Amino acid sequence: MNFVSRQTLPFLLILAAGLVAPFLLPAYSNEIAVLWLMIVFASTWDILGGQMGYNSLGNIFFFGAGMYVCAIVQIGLYYDVGMYTSGARTTHIVFSTAQYFTGFALGTVAAGIACAILALAAGLIVFGLRGPYFAIGTLGLAIAAAELVASWEWVGAASGISMPVFPGGPDTQKIFFYFLLFALAFVLLVFLRWLYSTNFGLALNAIRDDEEKAEAMGLHTRRYKRTAWAISAVFLGVAGAIFGNMTGFIEPRDIAFPTTTFNLFMVVMVLLGGKGTLWGPVIGAVIFHTIKEVTWTYFLGWQFIALGALIVITIVYFQQGIVGWLFEKYPRMFAPRAAGRREQESEIGVGLAPHPEGAE
Amino acid sequence: MTDAVIKLENVTKSYGGVIANHAVSLTVPRGGITGLIGPNGSGKTTLFNSIVGYHPIDSGSIRFEGREISQLRVQEIARLGLLRTFQTTRIYGKMNCMQNMLISAPHRKAGLRDMFAREDGEAAEKAEHLLAFVGLHEKRFVRSGSLSFGQQKLLEFAMALMNEPTVLLLDEPTAGINPTLINGLLDRLKRANTEFGITLFIIEHNMRVIMNTASKIYCMAHGEMLAEGEPGEIQRDQRVIDAYLGAH
Repeated sequence: MNFVSRQTLPFLLILAAGLVAPFLLPAYSNEIAVLWLMIVFASTWDILGGQMGYNSLGNIFFFGAGMYVCAIVQIGLYYDVGMYTSGARTTHIVFSTAQYFTGFALGTVAAGIACAILALAAGLIVFGLRGPYFAIGTLGLAIAAAELVASWEWVGAASGISMPVFPGGPDTQKIFFYFLLFALAFVLLVFLRWLYSTNFGLALNAIRDDEEKAEAMGLHTRRYKRTAWAISAVFLGVAGAIFGNMTGFIEPRDIAFPTTTFNLFMVVMVLLGGKGTLWGPVIGAVIFHTIKEVTWTYFLGWQFIALGALIVITIVYFQQGIVGWLFEKYPRMFAPRAAGRREQESEIGVGLAPHPEGAE
Repeated sequence: MTDAVIKLENVTKSYGGVIANHAVSLTVPRGGITGLIGPNGSGKTTLFNSIVGYHPIDSGSIRFEGREISQLRVQEIARLGLLRTFQTTRIYGKMNCMQNMLISAPHRKAGLRDMFAREDGEAAEKAEHLLAFVGLHEKRFVRSGSLSFGQQKLLEFAMALMNEPTVLLLDEPTAGINPTLINGLLDRLKRANTEFGITLFIIEHNMRVIMNTASKIYCMAHGEMLAEGEPGEIQRDQRVIDAYLGAH
């Protein structure tokens, strides 16, 4: 048992589950692929919303931006984008296998980079806002982006872009995109596990607890806030690039910048699972996605009412989330690991100042 | 005599029609403990806020180690080594004491790579040492928000020391603290001054505390500097007595 520490065990379990799932449940591999996307949504939202205390309602902006940047690069490498988007519905444009994968790879990288730059730039403006103003300001960013793209003829405006066709059978395509989304989610979780163990994690928590105090202590708060958002943006941009190719067709309002679905799901999943924790968003995403798919299958027509009810219940009665609730109920499970390790050093405390007088 | 680490000249700050500070001048000598007293509403906290860059001043000059700082922002001033604690204690409530300490390490030279650095043993050791100094070593893994008010004040003080400031501005360090705890805090303030060499500038209402700690005291009333001098002089100063007893 000592070979696997309590820290790595969840990662091994996720790795095992992610690798066997599409072969064990082939009929559901698309749904499980979207589950990994949901985990990316929830975990990236939690960087700001949970760890840093900034409730962003505009994170979907980077998902859509990444999707469009990738599409433009993929097409633009070999064709004129304006011609492609206007002619795509009448002429059949073919990409060779090499063209597809080169374009997709470069497009994904470009999406990540572009989103990081967009986040750093937008951060200059929106991080002047606090509390509810920040939420509304970021929401405005996402809605504005959707409307802007919807009226931009060069990228197909509201009728969207038919993405280059995947050069392979439908089964290969399914497995290919499944593993891309799984890899993205897994890398994200490993990355966040590391990130939250560094000074960066402490700084985000300090900003959440008392930003004014953090400023008074000389912390580079603005730099931390913008970097944190850029990190979310990179993963969301890459997720958008992958998802756009997975669906094969992208358009601004419902797929790229869906402010009322994916954008809200991010928040609800994190609140349901427990904000400000590494595993809360993951648990929230799994439960939320399962409920969503079950209601879609068995209560068609009532699914949005069921989801709405879930959202209301979570926000009104269960804000601490599942992990937060466990934390309150069984604090011992979460006792600091370092306590034991540091015990032998505790003689530092002896002799200097034994007890503050009268401290109760 | 000793050089002035903080030098204010004719600092004026008004909120709308209310003049909170009018032509206030003072100097804080390096290495000492300086006190600032005055009745409620006399503009002490406003003056502190002006010094640390919390709000822009209307006119006047604020110099820290000879450098004009009245145009700088809060973080920049803090990174220069001029730090303040708050009247209403402020700590990072959901983090434990060690985390509170570690994130308070000085950010003067912090570059981009330091953002992602792990806590090194050195910082942790220093944090434990300072927690022991204020008597909170046993509580180091306790969520700081669940500490008593007095302990939170001690933690905030330890966090300030962790930041290695040149000057520490303390806004009512003993307010709301159990009287038996005050002596301990007083002792630690003096030790921070002598052992760590930190210049202290303290707003305080508790006369016994300030008269026993400070070597130089300024007294404000109605937003203006009323008197300055050694504790003995201030205690005998008729203007100070009038200000406190309301002779106007």
